[in-house]
Amino acid sequence: MAEQLDANTEQAIVEQVTASRSAGTALTIHGGKTKAFYGNPVSADAELDCSIHRGVMAYEPTELAITVRAGTPLAEVEALLAEQGQEFPFEPPHFGDQATIGGMVAAGLSGPRRPYAASVRDAVLGVRVLNGKGEVMDFGGRVMKNVAGYDLSRLMVGSLGVLGVLLEVSIKVMPRPLGRITLVQEQDQPSALALMQRWAGQALPITGTAWLNGWLYVRVAGSEEALSETQRILGGTPMANQEADAFWTAIREQQLDCFVGERALWRVSVPPATAADAIPGADLIEWGGALRWLRSEVGTAVDADHASTVGAISDAGARIGSESESESESESESEAGAGAGRGTVSSARACVATGGDVGADGVSAEAVRALAAAAGGHATLFRAAASIPLPSDGVFAPLSPVALRLHQNLKQAFDPDGLFNPGRLYQ
Amino acid sequence: MSRIPDERPLNPKPEVITELRRLLPAASVLATEAELAPYECDGLSAFQQRPLVVALPETVEQVQQIMRLCHRLEVPVVARGAGTGLSGGALPLADGVLLSLAKFNRIIDIDPANRSAKVQPGVRNLAISEAVASHGLYYAPDPSSQIACSIGGNVAENSGGVHCLKYGLTVHNILKLKLVSVEGELFEVGSEALDSPGLDLLALMTGSEGMLGIIVEVTVKLLPKPERAQALLASFDSVERAGAAVAEIIGAGIIPAGLEMMDNPAIRAAEAFVHADYPVDAAAILICELDGFNAEVSVDVMRVRKLLLDAGATDVRTAADDAERLRFWKGRKAAFPAVGRISPDYYCMDGTIPRRQLGPVLNRIAELSAESGLAVANVFHAGDGNLHPLILYDANNPGELEKAEELGGAILELCVAVGGTVTGEHGVGVEKLNQMCVQFNSAELTQMHAVKAAFDPKGLLNPGKAVPTLHRCAEFGAMHVHHGELKFPELPRF
Ligand SMILES: Cc1cc2nc3c(=O)[nH]c(=O)nc-3n(C[C@H](O)[C@H](O)[C@H](O)COP(=O)(O)OP(=O)(O)OC[C@H]3O[C@@H](n4cnc5c(N)ncnc54)[C@H](O)[C@@H]3O)c2cc1C
Ligand SMILES: Cc1cc2nc3c(=O)[nH]c(=O)nc-3n(C[C@H](O)[C@H](O)[C@H](O)COP(=O)(O)OP(=O)(O)OC[C@H]3O[C@@H](n4cnc5c(N)ncnc54)[C@H](O)[C@@H]3O)c2cc1C
Repeated sequence: MAEQLDANTEQAIVEQVTASRSAGTALTIHGGKTKAFYGNPVSADAELDCSIHRGVMAYEPTELAITVRAGTPLAEVEALLAEQGQEFPFEPPHFGDQATIGGMVAAGLSGPRRPYAASVRDAVLGVRVLNGKGEVMDFGGRVMKNVAGYDLSRLMVGSLGVLGVLLEVSIKVMPRPLGRITLVQEQDQPSALALMQRWAGQALPITGTAWLNGWLYVRVAGSEEALSETQRILGGTPMANQEADAFWTAIREQQLDCFVGERALWRVSVPPATAADAIPGADLIEWGGALRWLRSEVGTAVDADHASTVGAISDAGARIGSESESESESESESEAGAGAGRGTVSSARACVATGGDVGADGVSAEAVRALAAAAGGHATLFRAAASIPLPSDGVFAPLSPVALRLHQNLKQAFDPDGLFNPGRLYQ
Repeated sequence: MSRIPDERPLNPKPEVITELRRLLPAASVLATEAELAPYECDGLSAFQQRPLVVALPETVEQVQQIMRLCHRLEVPVVARGAGTGLSGGALPLADGVLLSLAKFNRIIDIDPANRSAKVQPGVRNLAISEAVASHGLYYAPDPSSQIACSIGGNVAENSGGVHCLKYGLTVHNILKLKLVSVEGELFEVGSEALDSPGLDLLALMTGSEGMLGIIVEVTVKLLPKPERAQALLASFDSVERAGAAVAEIIGAGIIPAGLEMMDNPAIRAAEAFVHADYPVDAAAILICELDGFNAEVSVDVMRVRKLLLDAGATDVRTAADDAERLRFWKGRKAAFPAVGRISPDYYCMDGTIPRRQLGPVLNRIAELSAESGLAVANVFHAGDGNLHPLILYDANNPGELEKAEELGGAILELCVAVGGTVTGEHGVGVEKLNQMCVQFNSAELTQMHAVKAAFDPKGLLNPGKAVPTLHRCAEFGAMHVHHGELKFPELPRF
């Protein structure tokens, strides 16, 4: 990538922060704004656009690391890595064409491969960051192992911009596996979870698992020999590769219909072996059981698009069983004649409303959080339509008093004047 | 000045001993010279200091009481695990309490379904893998000191091992910590799920060298034992070619479980010690372990063998069986003590560099070694670019320790100059405070001090370690000008 790096963009960001500091104005930091939905609302006076600061600073494939400016589009970086047969091991969601590396790191969200390879946080090696005093600082580095000083680079991952402005990031990359295959089998939720645990207890080259609508999907990667051997152990029917790729993209990018519309979407992160009935009504399970997505309906009618896609599948209806009550479910059963759809993208696309203990008329934040906490995890209100009132203490699970004090002290240590993204993480 | 923690005025408060005796059984408070002697240093024995008192609590409640007491009296506290640290992180303070976690040696819970284990901080690294072996699981990070070092020390140092190229460091293999704050409060970071809400305090705590809190419980992630492990041993007639072979393997898209290198002095020392059947005439050897799924390993062994030969290996042996594989490793794992047999003292360095710099940096180290007149043996985690030059010296020869430290400092600065770092896994402790001034500027160091203050406003947890004061850096910089530029131009010099 022989692109010219603009030498002035870092300075422009530093100057804007310095000016804001003098003026006492708070800033909302953004890259491509693809993840603006995530986190608590920010009340700021002005925007700081990091997407102007782009370009690849260093990429040497044999070092398994890349250093890029934070405003560089994620898609561009992934394309560059692919040219060299490499990729990010954590399969980051983009949530839009404009996604930037800075947003990826600040949001700290990882995709389907996360439990089997690494998280964004695991792969970050170093950062160049601007603190609230207008100081540009480098922490970590480009090498694999580095324990010089506190690990302030990993602290930035998932910090949602409340500590500083990311200017550059060095990230570990991995070789792309030689081949891949996705196997599908029909399983109810408890037996799918049991299989996920059994597989995770063996050293198998799995790179993704998902349970959706009564089907269990597992992706494995490696040489041809490894793939055929793994297929023998795991069972299931292989999906066509193109279709499988589209499926995992839809999961990662949340393009399934159940992720959109007038609903609240809860991200429930729990120990993987948590029983199915401990988190009742999960629509989608990922990460070998460690990530469960729950929708809460808010009493509005199901949107037309959702209802029509639902019609394309049959197996979904089977899962709902007799307790189905909502309008969309009865539609799905009546239109489900086609009978096809197992392990296809269209079958995956539609998540039908679930019955179960979590009521269809909206789950209270307390209820979801209590279930998650009882299981040893936590719940985040990941997406919610504007009509849905947010929990009074924010979308993230509340912190213990000691942890909250440490968060406040750390905020003070990096951004004493409270310039950056006020309220995005915690009040 | 390089041998002391950062300057602080001494302020001994003997009343802390009396008060500790109220909190703990008599045998758990050590204060006589004879009792204190075993605690006067960690694995970096060139630095020695007896503490005011040693406390050996055995319950979390006792740790909380000790911290409340020390906080009230403003007495500094240094945590100690097994004392195998190589950078003086657990070096006591003359006016401080040495808080030993040695009695926290219980495995609290093993959860095979979630593949995790909850253990006390004083549990030895290897004891975890032994305890979970019957479930077909193991704890991946395997420092060479694993029979002795504690998991609490591993977390505090973010320790690595020969398998961290593929399986990561401590930070990648723990889920949750329970800590006692400097004020004596109990709190948790991380969770048994794969993430937790808020800032990643688990990552921040890992590698923080006992400066931010006392670890009283660790939940580790366990991995299924790989179906098969296979090792290759390749000989090279030049260190440079061996270094290039490392980049070839990684560049081909293979991530070995371990990829270690030893140079000729290290090969000879190890061979004389454990008779691993190493090629004693080789300039360097690479030990490459591939593990995982049987079908995958078979394919990769053939690929790596070819890559090694193409890269100029004079001989490549593939272990015929597990006994031979373990023999390949035996020499590597015993390399430090082996070098200890051929030299009265050795000083172990820990810089990390980009892999492509391996050849040039090893050559430059050989030149520096010749200039100083001290021999250097190299044995290291080549796949990660993490060097462990062992500088051989004799502390009984006046001036040799200082010479060794000077050579070590020059090697670390070389690592920084080629884009690396002064410590890959052993930590800064008191040993590398000066080199931290080379790697970080004053804004960065000030930021680190601010992070420390966020956890420990009074500076009582392991003060003077890990992050140098700007004052020290200004003095060090005055003696030591890099690339013709002053590192701290804004600071007054004296
Ligand atoms: C022969 C030999 C080989 C080695 N090989 C390796 C290797 O391959 N890889 C590697 O990474 N390291 C290696 N080491 C270094 C050392 O073993 C590690 O750093 C180890 O993690 C230290 O653990 P410890 O229990 O001995 O800690 P200690 O030396 O007792 O303490 C180390 C630091 O941790 C802090 N600490 C200890 N316990 C706690 C706690 N509970 N709460 C808060 N802070 C605490 C101390 O204050 C100190 O700063 C080796 C050392 C030796 C002697
Ligand atoms: C060589 C040296 C000698 C010092 N001597 C004394 C002393 O005798 N008595 C005393 O009370 N304090 C002294 N200080 C200052 C003291 O160390 C600072 O207060 C300390 O660095 C902590 O400040 P802070 O993080 O609260 O800084 P802040 O007040 O947040 O610092 C703001 C900025 O100013 C810089 N800064 C702080 N102090 C100084 C300084 N003295 N010179 C140049 N830049 C500075 C910091 O790097 C930082 O970027 C000295 C500092 C240095 C570097």
